Amino acid sequence: MTLALPAQKEGRRTFKVDFSVPVLLTFAALLCVLILLPISWLVMYSLSEVDPATKERVFTLAQFRTLFSDPDLVEPLITTMIVAISSSVACCLVAAPMGWLVARTDMPMTKMIRALVTASFVTPPFLGAIAWEILAAPNSGLLNKLYRFLTGAEMDAYLFNIYSMPGLIFVIACYTFPYVFVLVANALDRIPGDLEDASSILGAGTWTTARRVTIPLVLPALLAGALVAFLQAMILFGSPAILALPAGFHTMTTKIWSLFQYPPKPELAAAASLPLLFLTVMLLRGQQMILGRKGYSIVGGKSGEPRLIRLGWFVVPAMAFVVIVLMLPVFLPYFALLNAAFSPIATNLVTSATFTMKNFHFTFFELSTTQLALKNTFILGAAAATIGTVLALVISYATARKAITGYRVLGFLATAPIAIPGIVLGVGLFLAYTRPPFVLYGTLWVLLIAYITIELPAAYQQLQSAFRAVHPELEDASRILGATRLRSLRDVTAPLLRTSVLATWCFIFVSTVRELSAAIMLFTSETKVVSVLIFDLKESGDLGAIAILGLSMLVLTFTVVIFINRLPGFGSSGLRNT
Amino acid sequence: MTEKKFARRDVLKGTTALAAAGMSGALFAQPARAQAPAAAAITPELIEAAKKEGKVVFYTAMDLTLAQRLGREFEQRFPGISARVERSGAERVFTRIAQEFSSKIYAVDLANTSDHAHVIHWKRDGLLAPYLPEEVVKHYPKQYYDPEGFQIVTRVLVSPLGYNTNLVKAEEAPKSFADLLDPKWAGKMVKAHPAYSGTIMNSTYQTARDLGWEYFEKLAKQRIMQVQSATDTPKKIALGERAIMVDGAGYLIIQYKEKGDPVDIIYPEEGTPVATSPSVVFKSAPNPNAGRLFQNWMHSREGQQIIVDFARQYSPHAQTVEKPGVRKLADIKLMKEDAEAIEKGAEEIKKRYSALFKV
Repeated sequence: MTLALPAQKEGRRTFKVDFSVPVLLTFAALLCVLILLPISWLVMYSLSEVDPATKERVFTLAQFRTLFSDPDLVEPLITTMIVAISSSVACCLVAAPMGWLVARTDMPMTKMIRALVTASFVTPPFLGAIAWEILAAPNSGLLNKLYRFLTGAEMDAYLFNIYSMPGLIFVIACYTFPYVFVLVANALDRIPGDLEDASSILGAGTWTTARRVTIPLVLPALLAGALVAFLQAMILFGSPAILALPAGFHTMTTKIWSLFQYPPKPELAAAASLPLLFLTVMLLRGQQMILGRKGYSIVGGKSGEPRLIRLGWFVVPAMAFVVIVLMLPVFLPYFALLNAAFSPIATNLVTSATFTMKNFHFTFFELSTTQLALKNTFILGAAAATIGTVLALVISYATARKAITGYRVLGFLATAPIAIPGIVLGVGLFLAYTRPPFVLYGTLWVLLIAYITIELPAAYQQLQSAFRAVHPELEDASRILGATRLRSLRDVTAPLLRTSVLATWCFIFVSTVRELSAAIMLFTSETKVVSVLIFDLKESGDLGAIAILGLSMLVLTFTVVIFINRLPGFGSSGLRNT
Repeated sequence: MTEKKFARRDVLKGTTALAAAGMSGALFAQPARAQAPAAAAITPELIEAAKKEGKVVFYTAMDLTLAQRLGREFEQRFPGISARVERSGAERVFTRIAQEFSSKIYAVDLANTSDHAHVIHWKRDGLLAPYLPEEVVKHYPKQYYDPEGFQIVTRVLVSPLGYNTNLVKAEEAPKSFADLLDPKWAGKMVKAHPAYSGTIMNSTYQTARDLGWEYFEKLAKQRIMQVQSATDTPKKIALGERAIMVDGAGYLIIQYKEKGDPVDIIYPEEGTPVATSPSVVFKSAPNPNAGRLFQNWMHSREGQQIIVDFARQYSPHAQTVEKPGVRKLADIKLMKEDAEAIEKGAEEIKKRYSALFKV
């Protein structure tokens, strides 16, 4: 690559060997392989088939013809759109007012509320979906039983039917609204009070200010949130597999997955993946265009604290709203899982007479895959988080400091996987790594690659914004004093970025542990992870074991996150950077 | 079946998987190509060699609790060998093995499937290792094992109807498949999936053959709750999530009823679908001795009695003792299993099924 030339000149100025250029180039090459390899296989497969006569791969558009004419494939595509749009709208309707309440009003216990939203983010969506089955299956669901008990309704009367399109939309929204909430709340946090003060001085009332000033300022964030929610809903595999299949309909992700049943149709699966990929790219482009136009540059700097709106008596309905919203993804499902874990029958309330450790015993002492899956999940989570953070750190350094000429390409490559849904990446990686030169299928490596690729964009964006906040003059000082790029990165920048690095590490770890859609395409019996094991157990209806495993998974996640934040020399450091 | 006066060895050479596997015809044409293996006992040498390997990996379509129970009993019987059980639906197990083998990953030592057609596939592709335990030759009716030793039927499964006795009174319960088409059962039935479960692949094929696909066409309009595993439908009616189970593991209904759950079994008038569930040892087994040891032990009287007592399934072992309260296999009007037809038609069956039931 010729990208390195200008940087090499720079290297000659000192007598020390500067490894930064080769290192950066290696990372660029690595990224190319990570992303381009599976995608090229995907495209190649979607446009070809094996000629039965010659056994050779020949070009064809047959897959795409099937894709857009076979109702078995068109219907899931339409369903997916309906589900994604509805749940995205639902997320915004709930998360926007909630974000506003938490960030801009004198609502009490906002820290607690934010923590609980984080808890709903940490909860894997498929686990939430299973918990909601226990709660709202039409006949055996706890809530429906309660409804019948309270109203004396007939045996088969029900209030909720989770095995339905609205049920699916609801559960997806439960676990995607944190994305919208965090974006909106952060944006509101950053809007300086000055603008609102100006509005008040000019005679606008509280509500007019909110309507005319605050809301327009936060719209881009809301839009971004809506988009993220849409994408999440579109690419989710677990929830539709758990809730849509029993109701008798497919979404695109479950359809792609079913195409791998024997005899597998990887070509058609590859072709079916591409609309998801295409749509994601288009939406992200659209978002950039909209946000590009509405670039309110007031956001930033350190002006007055945001002014909190007094809620007065309105605090009561506001609090009720927040509590209800948090019941849905956190309190109720966790209650259902705890109940199922220690009850002989998952959908009966546990009493002191029926309390049992049977499920616990079965999961940990009889189920022979538990240990393996927990071990794999832990190793993969820690490895993906560590490697992913380092990768994101180096790339965001290169782009934030424009360290090499090709930094834009590097930045683009690191963000590109955001457009690749997990299941699509799963298909691509399966095609890429089941054959020479890289036979990685069947090892933890292929899962590690998948996780790193999936989490890289978010990690990169987090760290890049952190880098922007650290002024380059500190690094320049270090370099003037003779340190190489890497050394100044290690000794100066990295310590300043501690908090962000830790946050990124934890983010990747949590996301890896809850990932299902890529893992479901890539696991083998020896490389099973907890999410896949839970999905397996779900298919045979072993709810007790699922509850125990799901809860242990949450405990593992929270323990690791807390432990990392308490590591000596990390987190507790006196250095701050905001 | 060849009832002529051959020496036993000749009979073994000539006879093949017989009616159950439905492939005798094809193989009679080329008899005695594969040497029947000598009947094998559990020798100290085998145990020693298995212990050196230290573990056995068993892919199985069995109900998870049974599979784990067998694994644990095996571990206790032969200390020093750990048993790793990988459970999924038979069709999933089959897909998994195909996927792993095509990527040259050989992790599985032995497998148990509830779709006999899989054995035809594996045998044809030369993936299986011949192995015949002594007890099988002595105590198994001939239709329950391959004389060349490529498969042994581990258990016989039936897929009857079932219902929740709290939700449906015994006298009102359906008696036949035809009864399920009554509009009063709409929205109240749960059914497993033939693309996941081998038992259901068998029951789907047999029901469609005997009652016609029109039957499923009508059934699909009854707002069926579609789950995957044949072991999930009994759980769903035990929970009371649905009143009637259209198909699934009959043995679980028996287990749950004995445990006191409000469920009962119905053997439909048209006949009950049946699936023989064979186990095989793979040629590529990474732990060949432990795999053989497990295969041998699982089909011994000891292993088989667990299948009867704990799992409430039908054992092909002549010496196993059935507990009272279970209808004998011979007393159930069974549909006819046809593995060869499924081997040829599996893809078509799955396709037609998903066209009707939408998933």
